Formats: sequence, structure tokens, C-alpha cells
Amino acid sequence: MTALARLASIVRAPMFRDRPNTIATVLLGTAIAYAAFRFVEWGIVNAIWSLPREAGSEACRAARGEGACWAVIAERFRFILCGAYPFDEQWRPAVACLLFLILYVASTIRTLWNWRLLALWMVLPAAAVTLLRGGLFGLSDVPTEFWGGLPLTFLLSTVGFAVAFPFAVALALGRRSELPAIQGLCIAYIELVRGVPLVTFLFMAAVMFPLFVPQGLTVDKLLRAQIAFVMVIAAYVAEVLRGGLQAVPKGQYEAAASVGLPYWPSTMLIVLPQALRVSIPALVNTFIAFFKDTSLVIAIGLFDLLGAAKAVIVDAKWVGFGVEVYLFAAIVYFAFCYGVSQYSRHLEISKTL
Amino acid sequence: MISTQATPSVSIRSGLPGIAPRPRAARVRAFVWQALAVAVVAAIVAAIAFQAATNLRARGIASGFDFLDRAAGFEIARGPIEFSSRDTYARALLVGLFNTLRVSLLGIVLATTLGVALGVARLSNVWVVAAIARGYVEVMRNTPLLLQLLFWYSLWQALPAPREALNPLPGVFLCFRGLFLPSPIWQTGYPWISMERPVLAGFGFQGGASVSPEFAALLVGLTMYTSALIGEIVRGGVLAVDKGQSEAAAALGLSRIRILRLVVLPQALRVIIPPTASQFLNLVKNSTLAVAIGYPDLISITNTTLNQTGQAIEAIALAMAVYLVVSVSLSLGMNVYNTAILRRGGHTT
Repeated sequence: MTALARLASIVRAPMFRDRPNTIATVLLGTAIAYAAFRFVEWGIVNAIWSLPREAGSEACRAARGEGACWAVIAERFRFILCGAYPFDEQWRPAVACLLFLILYVASTIRTLWNWRLLALWMVLPAAAVTLLRGGLFGLSDVPTEFWGGLPLTFLLSTVGFAVAFPFAVALALGRRSELPAIQGLCIAYIELVRGVPLVTFLFMAAVMFPLFVPQGLTVDKLLRAQIAFVMVIAAYVAEVLRGGLQAVPKGQYEAAASVGLPYWPSTMLIVLPQALRVSIPALVNTFIAFFKDTSLVIAIGLFDLLGAAKAVIVDAKWVGFGVEVYLFAAIVYFAFCYGVSQYSRHLEISKTL
Repeated sequence: MISTQATPSVSIRSGLPGIAPRPRAARVRAFVWQALAVAVVAAIVAAIAFQAATNLRARGIASGFDFLDRAAGFEIARGPIEFSSRDTYARALLVGLFNTLRVSLLGIVLATTLGVALGVARLSNVWVVAAIARGYVEVMRNTPLLLQLLFWYSLWQALPAPREALNPLPGVFLCFRGLFLPSPIWQTGYPWISMERPVLAGFGFQGGASVSPEFAALLVGLTMYTSALIGEIVRGGVLAVDKGQSEAAAALGLSRIRILRLVVLPQALRVIIPPTASQFLNLVKNSTLAVAIGYPDLISITNTTLNQTGQAIEAIALAMAVYLVVSVSLSLGMNVYNTAILRRGGHTT
């Protein structure tokens, strides 16, 4: 069979199986082809990829509607990815992003699924924060108000997860506790947090938190947002872990009890390890959800990836080029989230957890 | 967005008998742990309350809800409820709540419709249809909702100015200031109803009905995002129905549409409804992203209020209470539904 014939047979089976299928394929195919054609025309053929140095955006404005203005990305992509971080020091956010990516890749290696992974989740984010903050090892000091872009997105979600995790375990166990007061407190916390929008927690962190600490003590705005994320992530992860705990067969609890293990050893050695393994796909999905939701820090004036993208089009030169800027940000988010979600799906299907 | 899964009302206790050689000692230990937990939480809450009271006194902010009766002094974009800057904060918050409910309810209706269509399309025998639906779902699920909202908003901003407004139908105008439509007006004489058309005036349109870009972007964003999630739930629900059911129906000679409508969907609904209800709740919570594009929802107005009055604690507590009421009533409704299904001899998931 020639390559062409093989291709034809691959295509024919799903697309041209019967008459309705063929009609739909032809009609929709034409529509898609037209849309794709228009998109290519706008995004590639008529697009303006760069502007001369010091030139205004008039050329782009003239092409509005006919061609995309990728020049805005060419000129501002370092700002979108690194925020207002000092330009000459931007290797630091780049390395910080790399550290986070190493952490995510390492998290997929099963031979590391033990205390080593726990250690990595503590060491690598701490290293990234140190690198961004500076003030050590001859690195210049960079206050957090200059942090932004992709490292901030990674930071808020990853540190949020790492710090929230022990609290989430405690909340999940507490929710299944036989002690009514502890169970009640845990349920109240989890349901309260999950019942209100994330934005209200961020506003709480931004405007209410200063009222809760002694006068004169100012807590960094980024740290406050991070605390808000930790509080919220803990509640959501606790619910994921509760699902995992419920999935552990009752026989496991009973077996542990019958060999005389008290509550804590049986929980730590028998129940929790199994519950965590079952929960991994759901945990990955929750991580993606919060990775996307870190973009809400825009509401309190922090500049994560989306915030930096939004800040670009505040500039008079680039006002009105939101579509291009947001498409660029969307591609970055999509690449990461789609990759991670495919991994999570693979875990669910392989069922070897 | 974060997905709130509807949790079963029945909590399964661990059933851990524990090894209790001395039941009395175990009871004492249980009491001590609980007393300790309650004491720690109470101490934290008390410390925060004390600190907040001290700080408020130092800043000269009187706590309490008196500010609700004061004049708000800010304007809200024209909406169904009349509002002027002389009206009170209470009325402003009410307008915000109404705007939240308006966009949420419309969003829920549209997202459900589109979501069911998507779920069916995902299962379509027609490969192209299934592929388009899958692509749509992946794009929606893997980019932040806020980014989608900002995208729709800036797409709308790229529309022509009012003078060059698009005019697809007579009386319908689309420009970057919004969508302007003819609206019916009731009259006393025959023919009792007439259509008022929007007319270009100054920098915008006057008369008729209008849809603001903020509202449109929020509604489109919420609808498209939530419909993708509902579509996946619908697809999962249909797949959860035993294949033998549709095969049996096919053996009886039912058409594909009737199999879906009479056999598969009624059974799938039991799986579909609880997580879909959670998605409705998420949509209501996600409508707070309005704050980023300037639609005057409850949170935007709460934000303005707390910035003007400094009553951060009261304003945020009020907003949180509203969202809690919405989510608790939805959970209660779901529990009633689950019980009803159980009583009918069905099984919940």
C-alpha cells in the first residue's frame, strides 16, 4: 500500500464513513478551512512582526483589522515573561522558572515518589525565591514589588501548593475524625473557603490583613497574596484528599487495627500513603486549576503573567493591541496546562498508581 | 476555575475502632484534644479580633454597618435598577447583587444549553464534529478564565467607533461602546406596542436597549468556559450509562435520537446533575472576575465601597455572606435532590 493510499484509508474511516458523515465533514471542513485561511491571513501573511527601533505603533494601527501586530510581543515579551524585574538581572527569573520546571518534571518520575519528592518541593521553590529576592551571594536585592510575569505565576501556585499541603492533610484527616469538635472545625473551614469566591480572599489579604496585625508591622503584599492562596488551596486539596481517603478500602483500616496499630501509625503508614497515591490525578488537576487562578492577583495589583500582559496594553503606544498580547499569554498558559492535564489523564488511564 | 465537587451528604466515618485498652483514658484523651483544638482556634480568632479593634480605633474608623445608610457618591453604569450618586451604599450593593444574579442566571441558562450540545457533539459519530468539540473544550479548560474575559473584552474594544457602527440588522448597532437594540415600548393607544430604535447621538446611541461591552464580555466568557466543563460532565454521564441499555433500545428499533432522549439521557441525568450544580455555583463565584473588566457586580461595588469608607471588614464579610448563602442553598437543594433520587430507588454517585 502506498503512503497515499494508507493516508486515504486512515482519513476515510472516521470522516467519510457514511453519507451524513461525509456531508458534515465537507460542510464543516469548508468552514474550518475558511476560518483557518482568514486566521493565517490575519496572523501571518498580513501580520507586522517587528517595528524599527524608536518607531511608534502607527504602522500597526494602519493594519488594524487586516493584520496582527506581533511587534508588540517582539518588543515587550521580556516584560510579559519577567514583569518589572530589573532588565539586566532577568537571568534570575529565567533560572527561577527553570527550577520550577525541573520540579514539575521531577514530580513525574515515579522512583522519586517518596521523601525525595517532598524534599524537592521544599528545596527548589526556596531556591527560586532566594534567587529572585537576592541580597545573598552577591546578588543584588530585588524587592517583591518588582517581581512579575511567569516566575510569579509559578511561584504563587507552587509555593501555595507546597505550603498548603500539610494543612490540607490535617484538614482532610480532621474532617474524617471521630472527635466531633475537630470534625466540626474542619468542615466549617473547608466549606467556608470553598463557598466564597477566591477574589474575596485576595481582597481580604489586600485590605483586611493589615488590620489583623499590629500597627507598624507591614507584611509584604506578595506574601499576603501567597497566604491567601495557601488558605484557599488547603481547603480544596483537603477535599481531594478526603476523596482519596474514602477510596482506601475499609479492610486496610481494619487490618491495621487488628495488628494493634494505634491511630497515628496506622494513618501515617497504612492509610495516608494509599490515599495519596489514589489522589494524584485529582491533585494534578487541582494544581492546574490554581495555576490558572493565580491570574486573579491582577485584582489586587500584582503582575503575574496575565497581569504583565495586561500592563503592556496600558502603555499608550500599545493600547488597543489586547488581542495579540492575550493570544501570546494564552499560548503560554495553554502549553503548560495542556501538557500537565495530558499527564494527569495518562495517570488516570494507566491505573497503576 | 476550581471545581467544587458536590460532596455526598452522608459522611463516611473511618470506622476506626482504635486500640483502647483503657476506654476511660481514651475518652479523656479525646476530650483534651478537642478542647485544645477549640481553644487554639478561639485564641487565634480572639487575637485577630482584638488586634483589628485596636487598629480600627487607632485609625478612627467606627466599626458597624452604619455606612450602609450613607450616600455612596459614585455612579454605576446604567442598569435596570435606577441608581444615582445620591443613593445609599446599601442600594449600591443591592444593584451589585442584582447585576451578579443577572449575569449568573443568564450565564447558567446559556452555558447549560451550549454544554449539553457540546457533550453530545463530543460523542458524535461524525469525526469532524467530535474533533471541533474536543478542541473547543481543551482551549477553554487550559487557559485562565480571566484571560478569556480580558480577551473577549479587548476583542470588543477593537470594534468600530459609534459613527462607523456595524449595522447587521435594521435598528441593531454594534460598536466598541456596546450593542444597541430596538426595544419595545408599551403605549396606551393602538397598536399598544412600538419599537424604539437606538439613534446615534453624540458619542454613543440613545434610546432602545443596550448591552454594555463589560456585560457582554463577562457573559460570553462565563458561558463559553462553563459550557466546556458542563460538556465534559454530560459526556461522562452519557458514557456512564451501560452500553447494553442503548443496544437494547436499538434492538427495539428506536432511532438514535429517541434512544438518546428516552433511554440514555434520563439515566445519565442522575450522574450529570450533581456536578453540574457545582458548576452553576462555580459560575456564580467566577462572575466576581467582573472586577477585572469593570462590570459593576457585587464584588466590584464592594471593592469601591470599602475603598471609600475604609469599612473593609464589614464590606467583605457582607459579600462573603451573600456568596455563602448562595452556595449553602445550592448544597441544600442538591441534598434534597439526592434524597429524592434515593427514595425513588435510584442510586446517586
